[in-house]
Amino acid sequence: MNTTSDVRTDGLNQEQWPELLELSTKEVFQIMLSAELERVSGDAAGAPLECTAMVGLAGHLCGVLSFRCSPVSAAIIASKMLGTQVKDCDEQALDAIGEVANMVAGNFKNKISGLSEACVLSAPTVVVGGDYRVHSLVAQSLQKTFKFEEERISVALELRV
Amino acid sequence: MNCCAALLFGEVSDEVGRLLYGWRRRRQESMDKIRALIVDDSSVMRKIVERSLRQAGVDLGAVAEASNGAEALTVLAENAVDLILCDINMPVMDGIEFVRQLQSVEQAKGIPVVMITTEGSESHVVQALSAGARGYIRKPFTAEQVKEHVLPVLGRKA
Repeated sequence: MNTTSDVRTDGLNQEQWPELLELSTKEVFQIMLSAELERVSGDAAGAPLECTAMVGLAGHLCGVLSFRCSPVSAAIIASKMLGTQVKDCDEQALDAIGEVANMVAGNFKNKISGLSEACVLSAPTVVVGGDYRVHSLVAQSLQKTFKFEEERISVALELRV
Repeated sequence: MNCCAALLFGEVSDEVGRLLYGWRRRRQESMDKIRALIVDDSSVMRKIVERSLRQAGVDLGAVAEASNGAEALTVLAENAVDLILCDINMPVMDGIEFVRQLQSVEQAKGIPVVMITTEGSESHVVQALSAGARGYIRKPFTAEQVKEHVLPVLGRKA
């Protein structure tokens, strides 16, 4: 697959959203990193996911899309995106996972009819470390975990009331 | 003596001719290269766009970068550019406002602008094109898509 698929769904049909979140993430990795993601269980073992990139959604859909991975995965992601070697938690690695979160969120909303127009994305924010708690009025939460280069990565969409 | 001078002069003039030819050819080649300005608030994305342009077969010369529209206007005042690739969502001045303001900059008139953004809505595409952009690429993107949208605005076949 070389381009994003033109799967569009009715915004009200939220049953398809988990599938679209998975597809949106896989497409970003295929197109920008030439990497295939494999779905794994959320409690699969692996290095702590200490790099978190968050993109806010506002408008018709309010919430946060977060992308989590280990520092090693962040460096691999940046290296694959840039075609050069990037060190763990380098500025470029953090910038790269911010862009991944941004593209997954954009790709997701572009697949839902009417949402692309009615929902805007914030600039990505990246947090490093695992000892934090995010508080928001979550009404619905979707989470997908994948295997990437023998490491876990996770994508979550938390929608507010 | 005259014969020796003529021979010597002939050799020198041949050498000068070769040097001049080489200089002219190099100058022409550097003039043919595309000078690009890449505008995106992510430094990683600016590098990815540059890499994709090269992969798409664009013969890049100097590449200037800016992290928002206002910075891009300053860069344009100091640098000659043949092509602009621009994101939409950026702090300070977004991509659509930048393209609008570009229309009133005399030395920037005629420079093709291609938007590269996660914003895929029809209204964003319409806004960007009516502001003066010549192409629109949605992120995530392939080098093939860059080729398809960038080469035609440079007057080359994709």
